Amino acid sequence: MNAFSDTSQSGLSVKNLSVTFSSGGVSHIAVHSLSFSLTPGEVVALVGESGSGKTVTARALLGLSGPHAQITADHLSLNGRSLLANTEQQWRKIRGAEIGFILQDALVALDPLRSIGTEITEALTAHKWGTKNTREDRVLQLLTQAGIPLAKERVHLRADQLSGGLRQRALIASALAMNPPFLIADEPTTALDPSVQVQILELLKQLRAAGHGILIISHDLGFVSRLADRVIVMHHGHMIEEGRTADLLSAPRHSYTRRLLDAEPGRRPPRPPALARQTALPLLEAHNLSFSIKQQDGTRKHIVQDISLSLFPGRTLALIGESGSGKTSTARMIMGFQKPETGFIDFLGEPWSRSEKAGVPESARRGRRPRLAAIYQDPLSSFDPRWTVQTILDDALSVIHVPKQERMTRIRALLDQVRLPDTLLSKNPLLLSGGQRQRVAIARTLAVEPSVILCDEPVSALDVSVQAQILDLLDDLQKRLRLSYLFISHDLNVVRNIADDLIVMQHGRIIESGTAQDVLTHPRHPFTQELVAAAHLIGDATSSLPS
Amino acid sequence: MIPFPNSGFVFLKKLMIRVGGACLVLFAAATLTFITLHLAPGDPVTAILGGSANPTPETIREIREEYGLDQPLMVQYALHIWHVLSGHLGASFSQHMPVTDVLWQQAPPTLKLMLSSLVLAWGFAVLSVTLSARKPFFDSAFSSLETFFAGLPQFWIGIILLWLFAYQLGLLPPAGTHGFLSLILPSLSLAIPLGGFLAQVMRESFKTTLDQPFVLTARARGLSDNAVRFRHVLRHALLPGVSLSTWAVGALVGNAVAVEFIFSRQGLGRQLFLAVSMHDMPLVTGIILFISVVYILASFLADILYVIVDPRIQEARA
Repeated sequence: MNAFSDTSQSGLSVKNLSVTFSSGGVSHIAVHSLSFSLTPGEVVALVGESGSGKTVTARALLGLSGPHAQITADHLSLNGRSLLANTEQQWRKIRGAEIGFILQDALVALDPLRSIGTEITEALTAHKWGTKNTREDRVLQLLTQAGIPLAKERVHLRADQLSGGLRQRALIASALAMNPPFLIADEPTTALDPSVQVQILELLKQLRAAGHGILIISHDLGFVSRLADRVIVMHHGHMIEEGRTADLLSAPRHSYTRRLLDAEPGRRPPRPPALARQTALPLLEAHNLSFSIKQQDGTRKHIVQDISLSLFPGRTLALIGESGSGKTSTARMIMGFQKPETGFIDFLGEPWSRSEKAGVPESARRGRRPRLAAIYQDPLSSFDPRWTVQTILDDALSVIHVPKQERMTRIRALLDQVRLPDTLLSKNPLLLSGGQRQRVAIARTLAVEPSVILCDEPVSALDVSVQAQILDLLDDLQKRLRLSYLFISHDLNVVRNIADDLIVMQHGRIIESGTAQDVLTHPRHPFTQELVAAAHLIGDATSSLPS
Repeated sequence: MIPFPNSGFVFLKKLMIRVGGACLVLFAAATLTFITLHLAPGDPVTAILGGSANPTPETIREIREEYGLDQPLMVQYALHIWHVLSGHLGASFSQHMPVTDVLWQQAPPTLKLMLSSLVLAWGFAVLSVTLSARKPFFDSAFSSLETFFAGLPQFWIGIILLWLFAYQLGLLPPAGTHGFLSLILPSLSLAIPLGGFLAQVMRESFKTTLDQPFVLTARARGLSDNAVRFRHVLRHALLPGVSLSTWAVGALVGNAVAVEFIFSRQGLGRQLFLAVSMHDMPLVTGIILFISVVYILASFLADILYVIVDPRIQEARA
């Protein structure tokens, strides 16, 4: 059924679009003469890394670039009508009604204080659609269409009361309220668990089949390859390459496209199988850890149940699972921030944490604290924003009592280890790129000379090419310093690049464990099989293309 | 929206905790009043005699016995707390009438003043924040204006308003407690600094919220800028304002002292000042307890408002 194919000039057409931001006399061109078109029933993908201008383009198409943006184009039209001279009033008639907009992560893309029903209703009232009763029916119909079962009971819930997949569906339902012929989806699956990504992918495919024209904005070539008919690669505001998905992915002409493809974690070579497990004693051992929280009705909710793991020198153990699987709680217990309810943890051959009432006092841990360090997803929030790179590292060295006169030499050595130039010493972390920040965080971690580093989603917030660099750095440091990593991730493709051993968690339990190669090539548990399948689906950019 | 959708038992437990807490606050207020008044210089007998000339030592002794002022301090304290607990606020030394009657008379004008000041302050803050956080120029202009307002002392505003609107322009009555017109100037004197404060704390969260993704989603639905501001963003900026308002209820009574004097209004502030200077123990206690009760009710109301504004709070508390 193709509902929108009858118009002669149907489609969104952009010719030589440029977007310039100017503030305080300085202007910055975010998009340079971009041209493309989108017709109903077609999916076009804008792919690029952060700062490539893809999001700016999406907003320009909705007239939401903000007061500082200057938009010029030879041609910017929707079904033959020019949008260039649109007033705010005219734009409002287009937004939602003719072009729907979907952002990543419904948790923040839907108003966290309102129910999904209110949000979807608002999309209808904004265009004065229907009466109170017909709107109620329409909202339920939209939720059901977007694949939300029991819509009647869920319409009153807020985004944070729904699972990641359901709330993303609700967000999509709100964009579809007025049945707009075109959709712009800005990173529609980026923050989602892999299995949910696959579901949303399917939903977007259904929308295409129903005749919607979709513009997908993504940093993820792999994801895009499953959906898009045509791909436009952007870099620093320029269109680098454009073509049919199959052609572009199998024979990229531009070197940047090739680099992007090679950086896809799914296309990078998996970690070579490590030598047989050393006979050495484990550095860190956790036995039968459990943890639960008390719920509103007085019952206890089990967050982590009966988790045991051992971490050996020079090896990487990856803990993988979707959100809510208990990864983070396990990490907190291992860091000694949370006492387990049952079980115990030993670190460097001595008690580290105990479930018994007396437990292990923090004073007994303090001497060994520097040996167990952590890197997190968002290093920026762990830096004091007023400090420079130098003060950050200096502070870390003071923790292990490095004398003042030696610190400068050590700081330079640390920067060298993470391959950052000395010139960054006086810089504030706010001014660094995401990759540089994560390198500073790693340098700070190395400063205290740890044996074990807990890496909690260390590359999830980074562009793929930067991800690859950070993973290579971690690998290199491990070889040189014989570090052990406990690597927490939701992304099987990333884990494939770095893990020797793998533990898969679901609902707080270990459902499968073994060497990474074993688990990834012969997954036994259905959930692991599903994860592996999802990772192939999303990550493998060339093997399977849309028909 | 039901603020407490829990089972009856949980609700009862929470209520008990709140009532218990409220009793503690009242007890502390009564104790502090007692201590402060006994530390202050002066003799309550003078207040009781009401300035009648040259009392004989016998009269003074009689009065001391009658009011229990001859007892040791601890006994006086115990009696004081007992009276408070049993609800006997007693009679005012200086007014020669039951304290409850004085409260009955003086509380309504002060409550009216407080309420209208709060409404005005909120009105100013909401409009100033919602409408001005748009262009950098307006934003900083209104932000400066709010800072300026917040820094103004109430008595000074009162005097300026009095001079301008009552004496120069003759638009509004300079004094009095009756009628709507007499309420305008005193309310403004209290509302202007409070409105500045409220706007300042709300502006920050308002601006943070404006940058949130869900605001972009709302705009992409075709909502007008004003609809986005009033229906989505404002609600996120309300919470700090609600917290500040609880504090403001207490502060308004204190500031009402000056304002009620300047505009010659009846009211608790003015009465409290007189009672303290006259060493009128029962009246001071009565007024302080009354203010404490108002404060407790205000913070209870604020808790309910929190949950209505942000339903996630209720779930997080459980």
